[in-house]
Amino acid sequence: MTITIRIEGLSKEYRLGQISGGTLREDLNRWWARARGRPDPTLKIGQENHGNRQGERIWALRDITFEVEQGKVLGIIGRNGAGKSTLLKILSRITAPTSGEVKIKGRVASLLEVGTGFHPELTGRENIYLNGAILGMSQREIDQKFDEIVGFSEVQQFIDTPVKRYSSGMYVRLAFAVAAHLEPEILVVDEVLAVGDAEFQRKCLGKMSDVARSGRTVLFVSHNMSAVARLTEETIVLNEGRLVLYDQTPRAIDYYMSSGFAQLGERRWQAGEIPASAAPFRPLQLRLCNARGQVSESVRSTEPLLIEFHYRLDAPITGLRVGLYLQTARGETVLTSFDTDDAAQFETYRNRQAGEYVSRCEIPADFLNEGRYVLGVNASSYRVRRYFQDEQALSFNVDATGAPGSQWTEARLGLVRPRLSWEIANQGVRSDA
Amino acid sequence: MADFDHQALPQLVNNPQDWSLVIRPQRGLFDLRLGELWSYRDLVWLFVRRDFVSVYKQTILGPLWYLIQPVLTSIIFTVIFGRIARLSTDGLPQFLFYMSGTVVWTYFADCLTKTSNTFITNAQLFGKVYFPRLAVPVSILISNLIAFSIQFLLFLGFMLYFWLNGANVEPNLWVLFTPVLIVLMAGLGLGFGIIVSSLTTRYRDLRFLVTFGVQLWMFVTPVIYPVSAIPERLRPLIALNPLTPIVETFRYAYLGSGTVNGLNLLYSAGVMLVVLVAGVLLFNRIEATFMDTV
Repeated sequence: MTITIRIEGLSKEYRLGQISGGTLREDLNRWWARARGRPDPTLKIGQENHGNRQGERIWALRDITFEVEQGKVLGIIGRNGAGKSTLLKILSRITAPTSGEVKIKGRVASLLEVGTGFHPELTGRENIYLNGAILGMSQREIDQKFDEIVGFSEVQQFIDTPVKRYSSGMYVRLAFAVAAHLEPEILVVDEVLAVGDAEFQRKCLGKMSDVARSGRTVLFVSHNMSAVARLTEETIVLNEGRLVLYDQTPRAIDYYMSSGFAQLGERRWQAGEIPASAAPFRPLQLRLCNARGQVSESVRSTEPLLIEFHYRLDAPITGLRVGLYLQTARGETVLTSFDTDDAAQFETYRNRQAGEYVSRCEIPADFLNEGRYVLGVNASSYRVRRYFQDEQALSFNVDATGAPGSQWTEARLGLVRPRLSWEIANQGVRSDA
Repeated sequence: MADFDHQALPQLVNNPQDWSLVIRPQRGLFDLRLGELWSYRDLVWLFVRRDFVSVYKQTILGPLWYLIQPVLTSIIFTVIFGRIARLSTDGLPQFLFYMSGTVVWTYFADCLTKTSNTFITNAQLFGKVYFPRLAVPVSILISNLIAFSIQFLLFLGFMLYFWLNGANVEPNLWVLFTPVLIVLMAGLGLGFGIIVSSLTTRYRDLRFLVTFGVQLWMFVTPVIYPVSAIPERLRPLIALNPLTPIVETFRYAYLGSGTVNGLNLLYSAGVMLVVLVAGVLLFNRIEATFMDTV
């Protein structure tokens, strides 16, 4: 087997907070001192020179080493901030690593690049050439594939119209058509960052399978475990910038779901994050727990999930209702619900005294479909005042393993995936009278 | 037999020619990969086309603006500096004098200001896909060159008109030097522009400084006045400005008035080389990791 990607000891360090070491003058001073071989004048006496201030740096990737064989579809999983996107950025040369080396055989392309560099004033035709060239195609290559691209995009009639007049659907179709005809040896798909409607996402995944079938290599980053399970054979698990596992996909997913890595289903509000206008309401934390009571970022659709919102009232509030907004990652609202929806409950809690509270609710098993969801919180007195609102307090994944219909590997349409009771009746053979 | 296999295999896999791309942290200082830029020449050309086509879309006069701008500027200069301030124009028709300065200056100033935004305006694009970043400033240079050519032809037209009407203009053999002047201006504009664009990834203040600075720079360049109008003791000072010999030579070549000094031109060329090399090296350095700081 040939190796198409070899990564050796790859590390990437980011500086947090302030980007430069201070002012231009300070930087020039430091540079001038270094040029003369003198110690850094901006360092305090006794302070060691660790490149720069240590506390402001984090390792997004730490000593990653692995190889990918040609024609493999490799999944990359890990929670937010594990280094998945950084890895892809280095592979597609958007940023350089801090140390280590990547060797690649062939052209790398990413479905992230869909529509990159499209200019609204240019026509569809002009944009095909521009976008193609940005993605690395030569003019001759585009000439050859031009008709195919236009056919695929289904915008023939408007090919000489500026793309700013396109509907968003046409725009995305045209952009995707160019990317789809790039024919890279290595395709990189970051589903975490992929935008567009469900139809478009499906197209991306379809394209990915085509690429894999034609013997080229695919790297697939996703939060969606079912998609990873469906599309990849092998998967690597990243945690805090380190490669913790490289194994067969089912085993990697199992490891990821059962280890603590997936846990991030928690949001705490620091004092500085709460607007002064929220007083006397003060949010403390929002937690998402799985059926076993563990805080988790990934839950199974076949198990109930518990949402807990902790908050404090610094003064009594009348008519307070504390609620949840549940949205998909694409922004469709799934539901809105308040802790005093129940009329009896509303009477009981007409006045809430100062103190710490928790509003808890359960989302039943077999309710949500697979995918990524965003949970928002709200605290208000109806028609009086809104105290606090955070529409994106935390996000989580629902994994549909074992959900109704999972014997078929296709993705299910719809926001919910209830276990409905179906009856199949054999009506016998109908004979015409 | 086993030995044979073991020796053959690693060599096959490790053959450096097998890898089409090796990504390393910090490239060598002089690893400029200009060859790669050449292989992306289609892209440079499409950027030029894009800039040219998109700028005047949805304007009534369209590309006519390329002609209107220098004419209007020259008229305004003629009124303000010629009629009101009564600055010397070395005995040349005022309109032609100002136009020659404006056309030349505009090319340099546009090259500088437009390339100085490279990283900031293209952050979104650069954040999604790799191509040699130098393709952007180089394409700006070329699209400005097209604009310059149009304006230059217009200038020649006006020159002919004034000449036919008996004005005192004397084009001479120095006109053959025009390409050299263009290269000098392009190099200086690009060099300063990419230095600024590299530094703006860290110090955003420079963005504001550039527009302002270029305006001031024009006033210390003999655009609205001839060098001969400057007091003798200030001349060495204005000669420090690498743009001075370029504007003066251009004016002398086409209008026959002004001062040409080979040494001064050589000085401009020297400054251009230093600035351009420093700019490309800096740009190359910033390019690798600028996405982390933007």
